[in-house]
Amino acid sequence: MSRRQLERRPDDAQSRRRGDDTGCSILHVDMDAFYASVELRERPELVGRPVIVGGLGGRSVVLSATYEARGFGVHSAMPMARARRLCPQATVIPPTPGVYAEASRGVMEIFRSITPLVEPLSLDEAFLDVAGARRRLGTPAQIGDLIRARVADEQRLPCSVGVASTKFLAKLASGRAKPDGLLVVPRDGIVEFLHPLPIGALWGVGERAEEALSRLGLRTIGDIADTPEATLARALGPAVGASLSALAWGRDDRAVVPHEPDRSIGAEETFARDVEDPVVVRRELLRLAERTAARLRQAGHVGRTVSIKVRFADFTTITRSKTMAEPTDVARVVYDTAKNLYDALRLDRARIRLVGVRVEGLADAVRTPRQLAMDGGGEEWRAAERAADQAVARFGAGAVRPAALVDREQRDRDRSAASRDDDTTVW
Amino acid sequence: MKIRVERDTLADAVAWAARILPQKTQLPVLAGLRLDATSGGALRLSGFDYEVSAEAELDVTVAEAGAVLVPGRLLADITRSLPDQPVDLSTEGTRAQLVCGTARFTLPTLPLDEYPSLPSMPEVAGTIGSDAFAAAVGSVAVAAGRDDTLPVLTGVRVEIVGEEVTLAATDRYRLAVRTLRWKPSDPSLEATALIPARTLAEAAKSLTSGAEVTLALAATGAGEGLLGLAGGTRRTTTRLLDGEFPKYRSLLPDTFNATAGIEAAALTDAVRRVSLVASRTSPVRLSFSEGGVVLEAGGLDEAEAAEALPASFEGDPLTIAFNPTYLLDGLGAIDSDEARLSFTGPTKPAVLTGKAGDETGDYRYLLMPVRLSG
Repeated sequence: MSRRQLERRPDDAQSRRRGDDTGCSILHVDMDAFYASVELRERPELVGRPVIVGGLGGRSVVLSATYEARGFGVHSAMPMARARRLCPQATVIPPTPGVYAEASRGVMEIFRSITPLVEPLSLDEAFLDVAGARRRLGTPAQIGDLIRARVADEQRLPCSVGVASTKFLAKLASGRAKPDGLLVVPRDGIVEFLHPLPIGALWGVGERAEEALSRLGLRTIGDIADTPEATLARALGPAVGASLSALAWGRDDRAVVPHEPDRSIGAEETFARDVEDPVVVRRELLRLAERTAARLRQAGHVGRTVSIKVRFADFTTITRSKTMAEPTDVARVVYDTAKNLYDALRLDRARIRLVGVRVEGLADAVRTPRQLAMDGGGEEWRAAERAADQAVARFGAGAVRPAALVDREQRDRDRSAASRDDDTTVW
Repeated sequence: MKIRVERDTLADAVAWAARILPQKTQLPVLAGLRLDATSGGALRLSGFDYEVSAEAELDVTVAEAGAVLVPGRLLADITRSLPDQPVDLSTEGTRAQLVCGTARFTLPTLPLDEYPSLPSMPEVAGTIGSDAFAAAVGSVAVAAGRDDTLPVLTGVRVEIVGEEVTLAATDRYRLAVRTLRWKPSDPSLEATALIPARTLAEAAKSLTSGAEVTLALAATGAGEGLLGLAGGTRRTTTRLLDGEFPKYRSLLPDTFNATAGIEAAALTDAVRRVSLVASRTSPVRLSFSEGGVVLEAGGLDEAEAAEALPASFEGDPLTIAFNPTYLLDGLGAIDSDEARLSFTGPTKPAVLTGKAGDETGDYRYLLMPVRLSG
């Protein structure tokens, strides 16, 4: 997905959003050309050009392709040899192990900060039930915009969102919203949205079923809707027949079933340029610890284990972790632990590409008893950070942050997203 | 070198000296145990890892004086399993030979000229009863931290003022303090040292064969401080920790709102029992009221346990929660029939002591409570 498209996204979303989203609390979020988009974060010079992610071996298939490459007929799961014949000018990037799962985790964490009802379908798509988030975050379509903005800001990835009253419709809608869009299927517009679609769009209709239905002369979902259930049942069996009939009318009572999230919260940053200077790395660790702890507090979690991830310029990646005597949601404690882990690596001018901070072993903050310490055990930091949370809630991200970061962000103007100069409250 | 030595004498001394040898080391010679036989009929064993040194002397029959460096842990394993017969040790070129009854071992030797010289014993500071010292160190060291990222808290602080030695250790969650009397070589001596707690506790425990232990402290430049401990024919040195030990005296409350007395063994057993249902980090809750205490653990979605014990209690009824491990550490350290607990409030430090007038009566174990959810 191109930066250009990202930039014009707000208008785009505005124009694409249509209809009344009342009662449409199911969101289907689907990353656009996920693997390719992840790769383009590191290769901005390729934005807007046909790019294929996939192995180069004789039996490799296309993992993902940018929309520019799709214009030539390339699609995922296509044999690479064929894709290259269709689009010889495409840049082929071999898959980078690990980064997709990481990006996925970051995206899913954004979803889970919106609602606990997140049902991931794969690395790059998930259902969300946002019924409980409306009072806090607005209408489902507004929440969809928020998700798209946050995924774009925090993960630098485009995604499309379908907003509807059922999972099935939401998934169809996200497909129709692509690329980089949002589509609402209003409750009173279900039939007009659904019925013109080809039968292959129905869940549970594979090649065989499509053949059988075609023999009955059925081409669109509307045709299925108008066919008696008994006829469908004769062609496809009673269970499938009943389910197709219901789906064709937009009836789908499957709930969003949240998967247990990995019990950890973290943040990571890829440096714009590889970094050798430990001072810069520690400052980034501080920023990531701040972000991680703020998310812990927001989610009402505390965690016992702090881990860091360091990826070097050659992509070798190491993680180190330490389990603390007591669980914490205090950035100061997370940072101190992360810094000690980093310092213990005793790196000597290693060129670092990415650092990450993660807190694992999460438990509910309210229900977790707190061992008191003679020196306060970070309680006063906790109080200070909670006060900062409130200031952030009122005045926006970056309202309060450690002096080391204020300093730095004034120097590094290129991190424009978080940089604000008027708010320099310092601990 | 050629010597003959009694099996038990050798095995004890080797086990003691080899105990400090590093399991893994960058410097292979440090895995060695140095044996020096003098024509006077003494064998000296030395081990050293740059932090801790250990030396033991034993009487042997020396046929030929000399020195050798052998793999220490291997020698300890061998001597421990020897039959009860005299042991002959000799060297031949670069190998050492050990013969005991029908068993014969040949060991490679390590280059003696690469072995570092052990730090010399600092000047003697005074003496103390070995059993009392070991018990006091053990009871204080339980409160020391184990987290190497806070090195100061892994130590026992020793403060000497004239005829009193005060030992203190804390990991921020509890603090143990004990004062005992000793015999300083100079009655006006005042000194402090911070000694790695595990090393000190092990050394003190292993030096109880003689009636007294000699303490020696070397002047403390940064990283140069040294504690020497000697008892009988054994002596050990350990490097001191640098850093500022927390000012703990102000943390020990001197007034309380409530005090309880409970039979120590019964309380220990009850805490062990009820904490079976608690996960590793969940606390045991103690509710005190006149005449008794109820211990509870678990709850919510977990299993639950409760047990009531008789207790003498003065003050307003109070519920306070502790990490059961920390509480048990303290109960194990007071060494008294009765556990006395003093409180100022459910989120304020509690102080655990033994019965007043007991030999260890001045031992205080300050314990920070656990704040229950909310």
